[in-house]
Amino acid sequence: MADDELIRLPASELARRLEAREVSSVEATRAHLDRIAEVDADVHAFLHVSDHALETARRVDEARAAGTAPSPLAGIPVAIKDVLCTSDMPSTAASRILEGWIPPYDATVVARLRAAGLVPLGKTNMDEFAMGSSTEYSAYGPTRNPWDLERIPGGSGGGSAAAVAAFEAPIALGSDTGGSIRQPAAVTGSVGMKPTYGGVSRYGAIALASSLDQVGPVARTVLDAAMLHDVVGGHDPRDSTSLTDAWPSFADAARAGASGDALRGLRVGVVTQFDGDGFQPGVRQRYAEALELMAANGAEIVEVSAPHFEYAIAAYYLILPAEASSNLAKYDSVRFGLRVVPEGGGTVDQVMAATREAGFGPEVKRRIILGTYALSAGYYDAYYGSAQKVRTLIQRDFDAAFEQADVLVSPSAPTTAFRFGEKVDDPLAMYLNDITTIPANLAGVPGIALPTGLAPEDGLPTGIQLMGPARSDARLYTVGAALEAALVDAWGGPLLDRAPDLAPGEMYAAGTGAV
Amino acid sequence: MASDTTPRADAPAPAGITPDAVRHLAGLARIALTDDEITRLTGELGQIVDSVAKVSEVATDDVPATSHPIPLANVFRADEVGEVLDPETVLAAAPERGGDRFRVSAILGEEQ
Repeated sequence: MADDELIRLPASELARRLEAREVSSVEATRAHLDRIAEVDADVHAFLHVSDHALETARRVDEARAAGTAPSPLAGIPVAIKDVLCTSDMPSTAASRILEGWIPPYDATVVARLRAAGLVPLGKTNMDEFAMGSSTEYSAYGPTRNPWDLERIPGGSGGGSAAAVAAFEAPIALGSDTGGSIRQPAAVTGSVGMKPTYGGVSRYGAIALASSLDQVGPVARTVLDAAMLHDVVGGHDPRDSTSLTDAWPSFADAARAGASGDALRGLRVGVVTQFDGDGFQPGVRQRYAEALELMAANGAEIVEVSAPHFEYAIAAYYLILPAEASSNLAKYDSVRFGLRVVPEGGGTVDQVMAATREAGFGPEVKRRIILGTYALSAGYYDAYYGSAQKVRTLIQRDFDAAFEQADVLVSPSAPTTAFRFGEKVDDPLAMYLNDITTIPANLAGVPGIALPTGLAPEDGLPTGIQLMGPARSDARLYTVGAALEAALVDAWGGPLLDRAPDLAPGEMYAAGTGAV
Repeated sequence: MASDTTPRADAPAPAGITPDAVRHLAGLARIALTDDEITRLTGELGQIVDSVAKVSEVATDDVPATSHPIPLANVFRADEVGEVLDPETVLAAAPERGGDRFRVSAILGEEQ
C-alpha cells in the first residue's frame, strides 16, 4: 500500500487492516515518520520525534503475529502533547524552564497507550504550560496551520491538532483547560474531545489549573477520538480527582451514531449568547447550516439562554491564574528543570527569581503575577471569591439548559484561524478565542468539537461544539458521529481531503530559513 | 538586593495595579522582572483586572462558591508504601546534587 494512502486512513480503518495483517505497524509507523520528515520543517507540530517508534512497532507486530495484540488500536501511531510526562522523551510543556527534562515516570494516559500497544511518535508543540490559543507562546517557536502556513493552528494544543490535520499522526493526545483541545480542532478542521472532568487521569499531566484541566483525544474522526478515549479513560487511583464511574464503550457510542438514527427526536439547545456580533460571518453561516442539517435529520432545535456565560471569561482569568500561580511554584530551580545563578551568586531566593525570570515566557509571567494578585490579602474575596461564585452560576445555567435540551451547541471558535502576530500582543483579544469553550471547563461538563465546513470568505475550517451534562460523554460521541456522517455525506468526503497538499512545502521552509 | 526579591509574606500589596504593586507581586512570585517588563505588565494587568472585575456584578452574597466542578468526597487509600522512585532516579534531574540530597546555594543573605 502506498504511504500516502496509509497516512490518510482513519485510525479505525488502519486498525482493521493491522488486525487483518494487510499492513504492519512498522509500515504504518514508517509512513508517518516519513511524513513528519517531509512536512514538519514547515508545520512544526513536533518538539521531539521518538527515535524508537519503529522498534516499538516491530514488537507490536511480533505480538500480533503471536496472537497477543493487546488492544484494537495496537500498532497505531500516536502523537503526545508535550504537557504529558513520558519517561523516554523530553517533556517540557514547551517551556525553557523544562528544556530537556525527561520525567522519571509516564503519565497514566501514556502508560495506558503503551499497554494497549499504541506507538508513540513524539511530543507535540503547544503554548508554554498550555497558556494560549495560538502556539505563539511556545518557547520553541509556533506550529503552523496545515491549511495555511501563515496562520495559527489554535492553542494551546496546536501541535496535536496540526499533527493529525497534516497526516503526521492519525490520532493524538491533548489537554483542555479552557478549550485547548476544541479550539485547535475548530481551526484545523479536526475533531477534539474534552471529557467530563475526572473522566481521564491527569496523573503525570503537567498541571496548569487543576480544577479545570482535562486530558482528551485529538483525531480526524469522531470514532477515532472515541477509540482513543476508550484506551486512556477511566479511574486512576493516582489521580484523586479521577471519577470512579464505569464508562461505556465510547467507540460503540460513536458507531451507533454513525449508522443509526441518533438525531431523530434529539433536543438540540442553541446557546443564544454564542451567536451574533463577535462571530465571523462564515463561522455563523456554517454553524447555521449544521443546525439545519441536524433538523433535517429529525433533531428538534430549541433556543436556550445561559445568561451567565458572558461572565465565563472573566471568572476563568481569575481562577486559572490563581491556580497556575500555585501550580507553577514547583519550578524553583532546586529539584529539576532550569537553574540560573545571578552574576556573583545569590541566595536560594535570588537564584529562584533569576531562574523563573529566564525560564518563563511573557504569558506565563503575566498569568502568574495576575494569579498572585487575585489571591493576595484584601483582593481574594473581590476577585477569586467572586469568580468561584460565577462558577456556580454557570453550572446553574447548564443545569437549566439541560432540562430543555439533550445537548447544547455553539460554534467551537468565534473565528477561523488568524494570522501570526495578530493577537499576540493583545492578551484580552487572545483570551476571546476561548469564549465558547471555557464554560464547559468551569462546569466540568464534556464538549466535543468537529468541523462544519470552510468559511466562504477565507476558505478556512469552521467548527461546531456539542456539550452534554457531566458524565454524558458517550452521548456526545453518538451525536457527534451522527452529525459528522451527515456532513461528510453532504460534502462528498472528509473535509481534510480539501486541505492543501503540503508535500512540496520544502520550498517554503527553505525560503524562510527553517531548514 | 535581597529585599527586592524577598518581601515579607505578610506585607500588604499596594492598592491597584501600579509599578510598585507589580514589583511587589513579582517578588512574592519569585520572578526577577526587569524594569521594562514591570512597565509593560503594569499596563497589561491593569486592563485585564478592569476586565475581569465584572465578576463582582453577579457574585452576590446569596450565591455559594464552587471550587471544584464535580463534587467529590475525600479520597483515601490504605496507609501503605506504594511504588516509589529511588533516590538515583529522582536526583538524575537535579540541577545540582550533594550526595543523596539536592544542593542549593545559601538560604539566608548576609543581612539576614
